[in-house]
Amino acid sequence: MKIFNIFPETIFSIGPVQITDTVITTWFVMVAIITICYLATRKLSIKPSFFQEILEAIFEAIEKTIKDIIPLNPWLVLPVLGTLWILIGFSNLAGLIPGLKTPTADLNTTLAFALISFSMTHVIGITTQGLKGYLLHYKEPTWILLPFHLIAEVTRTVALAVRLFGNMLSGDMIAIILLGIVGLLVPIPFSLLHIIIGLIQAYIFGVLTLVFIAGGMRTKS
Amino acid sequence: MDAKTVVISASIIAAALVMAIGGYGPARALGRALTEALDAIARQPEASDKIMRALFVGMALIESIAIYAFVIALIILFANPLIGYILK
Repeated sequence: MKIFNIFPETIFSIGPVQITDTVITTWFVMVAIITICYLATRKLSIKPSFFQEILEAIFEAIEKTIKDIIPLNPWLVLPVLGTLWILIGFSNLAGLIPGLKTPTADLNTTLAFALISFSMTHVIGITTQGLKGYLLHYKEPTWILLPFHLIAEVTRTVALAVRLFGNMLSGDMIAIILLGIVGLLVPIPFSLLHIIIGLIQAYIFGVLTLVFIAGGMRTKS
Repeated sequence: MDAKTVVISASIIAAALVMAIGGYGPARALGRALTEALDAIARQPEASDKIMRALFVGMALIESIAIYAFVIALIILFANPLIGYILK
C-alpha cells in the first residue's frame, strides 16, 4: 500500500480523459454544495430560518470583503469569486471525511483554480478600463519594469496554486504520519488546526485574487 | 557505495536541509510580522480590522516560502528525477 499519495490515482478513463479520485471527490463536493443550497433556499422568507440565516451571513461577509478591497460594483466579481471561495472552502474540508481525499491536495485542481483567477484578473481589468487603459498599467512606474511585470504574472499564478496545494498536502501528511506513530487522540488537535488552515487558505486565495484585480486598475485611482 | 546509494542518501540529507533552512527564515519572519501587528493593534485598536487583513495576506505570502521549501523536499523524496536517471 502506498502511504503517501502525492499523485492522483486513475479510477477509470473515458477515451483519452482519465478520471482520477480527485475528480470524483470534487463531484461529491459539488453535489453536497448544490444539495445544501437547494434545501436552504427552498422556503425563503422575510423571517429567515436557521439555514437561510447562515447563507445570508456568508453572502454578506463575501460582499463586504470585496467592497473593502476594490472600489467597484461588487457584482462584477462577486459571482465568480464567491463560487471560488465556497468551492475551495468545501474542498479543503472534504478531506476530513474518512475515505475521501482532499481535492485541493492535488496540483491539477489548484492550478485550475489559479488559472481561473489569472483569467479573471485580465478580463475584469479590460472590461473596466478598456484594452488600452489596461495595458497602460504595465508601464507603471517606468517602462524598464515591464519584464518584471510579465514575469510576475506567471510566478504569482504558480505561487497561488502551489501555496494551496502545499498547505493542504502538508495537513494530510501530518495526519497520516501521526496516525502511524500514535493512533489514539493525538491527531485530533492537528485535525482542528487543519480545519482552521483550510478555511484561512480559502480566504487568502480569494483575497489575493482581489488584490491582483485591484493592482490591475491602479492607473484609474 | 554504488551510484544509487550515493544519490539516495544525498537526497535524504538534502531534503532534511531544505526543510531546516527553509523553515528557519519564514518562522522568524512570521514571528516578527505577528509582533509588529500586535504592537500596532495595541496602539490603535480601532484599526484592528485593516491590520488583521493585511496581516493574514502578508503571513500567507511569507508562509508560501516555507511551502515552496516543503514542495521541493517532497519532489526530492518522492518524485526524484535523478534516481530514474541513475537506474537507467
